[in-house]
Amino acid sequence: MTAVAAWSGAVTAAQLFAVDPVGTGGVLLRSRAGPVRERWLALLRAALPLPQSFKHLPLHVADGRLLGGLDLNATLLAGHPVAERGLLAEADGGVLVLAMAERLSSATTVHITSALDAGEIVVERDGLSLRMPARFGVVALDEGLDDELAPASLRDRLAFHVDLNGIPVGDAEQVAIADADILAARQRLPSLNVGKEQLEALCIAAGALGIVSLRAPLLAVRVARASAALAGHAEVEQDDLATAARLVLAPRALLVPQASEEQQNQQAPDPPTEGASDDDSNDRPTPDLDRALDEVILAAAKAALPPDVLAALRAGSGRSRTRSQGKAGALQKSNTRGRPAGVRRGELRAGAKLNVIETLRAAAPWQPLRRREAASIGAMDAQPRILIRKADFRIGRFKQRTETTTIFVVDASGSAALHRLAEAKGAVELLLADCYIRRDQVALIAFRGSTAELLLPPTRSLARAKRSLAGLPGGGGTPLAAGLDAAFALSDSIRRKGQTPTVILLTDGRANISRDGGQGRPRAEQDAISAARQLRAAGITAVLVDTSPRPGPLAGQFAREMGARYLPLPHADATTLSQTVLASIR
Amino acid sequence: MATAFPFSAIVGQDEMKLALLIAAVDPKVGGVLAFGDRGAGKSTAVRALASLLPKMKVVAGCRYNCDPDRPAEFCDDCRARAAKGALKSVQVAVPVVDLPLGATEDRVVGALDLERALARGEKAFEPGLLARAHRGFLYIDEANLLEDHLVDLLLDVAASGENVVEREGLSIHHPARFVLVGTGNPEEGELRPQLLDRFGLSVEVKTPNDLASRIEVVRRRDEFESDTAAFLAKWTKEEAKLRKKITSARDRLPSVVVPDAALERAAMLCMALGTDGLRGELTLMRAARALAALEGAKIVTDDHLRAVAQPALRHRLRRNPLDDAGSGVRVDRAISEVFG
Repeated sequence: MTAVAAWSGAVTAAQLFAVDPVGTGGVLLRSRAGPVRERWLALLRAALPLPQSFKHLPLHVADGRLLGGLDLNATLLAGHPVAERGLLAEADGGVLVLAMAERLSSATTVHITSALDAGEIVVERDGLSLRMPARFGVVALDEGLDDELAPASLRDRLAFHVDLNGIPVGDAEQVAIADADILAARQRLPSLNVGKEQLEALCIAAGALGIVSLRAPLLAVRVARASAALAGHAEVEQDDLATAARLVLAPRALLVPQASEEQQNQQAPDPPTEGASDDDSNDRPTPDLDRALDEVILAAAKAALPPDVLAALRAGSGRSRTRSQGKAGALQKSNTRGRPAGVRRGELRAGAKLNVIETLRAAAPWQPLRRREAASIGAMDAQPRILIRKADFRIGRFKQRTETTTIFVVDASGSAALHRLAEAKGAVELLLADCYIRRDQVALIAFRGSTAELLLPPTRSLARAKRSLAGLPGGGGTPLAAGLDAAFALSDSIRRKGQTPTVILLTDGRANISRDGGQGRPRAEQDAISAARQLRAAGITAVLVDTSPRPGPLAGQFAREMGARYLPLPHADATTLSQTVLASIR
Repeated sequence: MATAFPFSAIVGQDEMKLALLIAAVDPKVGGVLAFGDRGAGKSTAVRALASLLPKMKVVAGCRYNCDPDRPAEFCDDCRARAAKGALKSVQVAVPVVDLPLGATEDRVVGALDLERALARGEKAFEPGLLARAHRGFLYIDEANLLEDHLVDLLLDVAASGENVVEREGLSIHHPARFVLVGTGNPEEGELRPQLLDRFGLSVEVKTPNDLASRIEVVRRRDEFESDTAAFLAKWTKEEAKLRKKITSARDRLPSVVVPDAALERAAMLCMALGTDGLRGELTLMRAARALAALEGAKIVTDDHLRAVAQPALRHRLRRNPLDDAGSGVRVDRAISEVFG
């Protein structure tokens, strides 16, 4: 797909989103900040009929601001609790723009997705119990690099996945969208319905592309409808379905549609007839007409697949599937807000967080008394409705639980595999179980052959940790330096999130692949030592478990260079191993 | 509130639907946890259940939904009023209360009524979500993301059936017995084991992978959204049928016989699986009885036990938390051992 075609797809997405912001959920806009993204946003803004608002949601929005709560000023003035709308409620009827969606916390994500699902928000905070409409479309600005993505639960609910990366400014042509056209399309929208066969075709296409979630075909239905409305079609036509497939289904594809694609290539001249029956719908004979429709939709979706995605899918669809799921948890930062630990009486010093509601509650019982008192000295007229004294101030206390992420760095090289990869796996599993109890996050890096690979980004999902561990093959060289480098990079990013990394390295220390992938022990060892020193210099807690049958001085030396606790375990079983490691990181 | 999708129009998801119906027939079963794929209709099913539940009788004007037929369980208000004279009762919808993430503690347990305190200087208690959920359902979407201090609080109340509030000079306790319903996606984090244990039934939800059901799901959803009123009208009959089924199952429940043989089977099954404590057996027995009542059977049979064994037991295995895929298999194995 060329840059021009990609841009034109992005423009269509903006138009269709403008036609039905609530129904289509929104747009996931993958793009670095820059003129192309600005142009797209300006275009969308112009397309949205007034008075639709653009609300920007800052990344680290507090729950109170997001959901709403008590309006302090108004409450004090009025003398009774006054609610303040949060950003989600304010976005009602408009568009909510999420900055840096790839870094969205799981708590914020859940609030947004539940508002998307319900079209309203339910607030149970600060003594208030409110239900407010919150029907809006989302534009999620995702600036993530290759591996970073917006939370999966959010992506799943946004119809359009638009990628502007790789589109040069020159190709991003200015397009004027008249909001009058959009308004006219909105008027037509309710009368348009997707036919039975058309709906089936979209479902079949989604299935053929390996898309599991049922939201995808449903969103495609709505996009097809919006497309027909915009085009002024009297009913949803094939073109509209193709557009929906291109914009909604193709970016979610996990499989290359096999059968149909080959058929189209080979026997393009005559319309498909045989071979169609080998597909899924065997119990319900599908007329040729539908089949043809699926083909059209699939072809449209396939044409929209970027070439590199296509290649990656062909190379191994299974892997791509696990990766895309793996990212789901990876970016969801866990709950790093402090856990409220009650309130205390206190003064408003720097850093202290006034708990308004508790302060008001503390002041409330005294009001009649204070008012009488104020009246007796004749000061009542000048007094505000609520009389608050210093002694009423209540300061919130928070317990910040530091989150630990344990990074397992597993040597899966040939030498280690020979010795005790199985035992190392067993030990990691036991350690994982312990992490589960403490609700730590875990990550898994394996190194073998010539590189290290992040098999599992930090997650709390133990099921996934286990799966990726079980699938870990052994064999090949020992690129210890690469493994340590990867561990260092990950530790660094974990620290930047305000969490504490712990590295547990399981290896026999027989490094034989250097950083540049070259063979030869001396250089490999030197590289490994310098990589190990990085970890020590950063002061990262580490444990090195020597898995060789006869622990030599080699692994011990690495441990010293890393500043790691060294655990030679010549004859230990998995249980002993896990106990020893736990004892040493506490 | 947005109109709920009709329960009977939900395609597939039989295990989840059955578990919810069982909880509706016998709240003592102890709540339902539905964990699974995104977009598979977990929340839809729970919200659909709300409009399906038959009404219940409460003391008129009671803020805690007290049952007029059970004076022993009255809250303090009702007790005081009952001493003065007979209480009036009214029929209300069974509450299905949302516990939204981000809720603050004061709204969950209840707190000093700020409005009255500020305006009139009165010390009055404003009941929270737990009071509202009494005798109904408390629904937590994304239960695995609920903040720890709220989880602790829920565990305490769910265990005791009573909410004790000691704050701001208030000292209140009121009954709070509710069916806990939780949903979530395991990819986003596990549920704390202590909370897991509170759920009577645990179901796994998967997106259907056969084309026919997938199409049907999308079609019905589309129909519902494009013409809600017509869709609801189309399903009224089914809904009424289902509602009647729940009502008559509730009436039948006390008379369903659980023979000793069934109890023995339940015990054997739990022993074979090494579940902790008696809660597994109790849930198994109650769920089987509720199922029998739903089916109009007079006696609990092996078939009933077999049908509810998975949801009643799969989350109770003394488990290796990593071995989530294995627990279902282990229950299956135990079932075939015990039932032959």
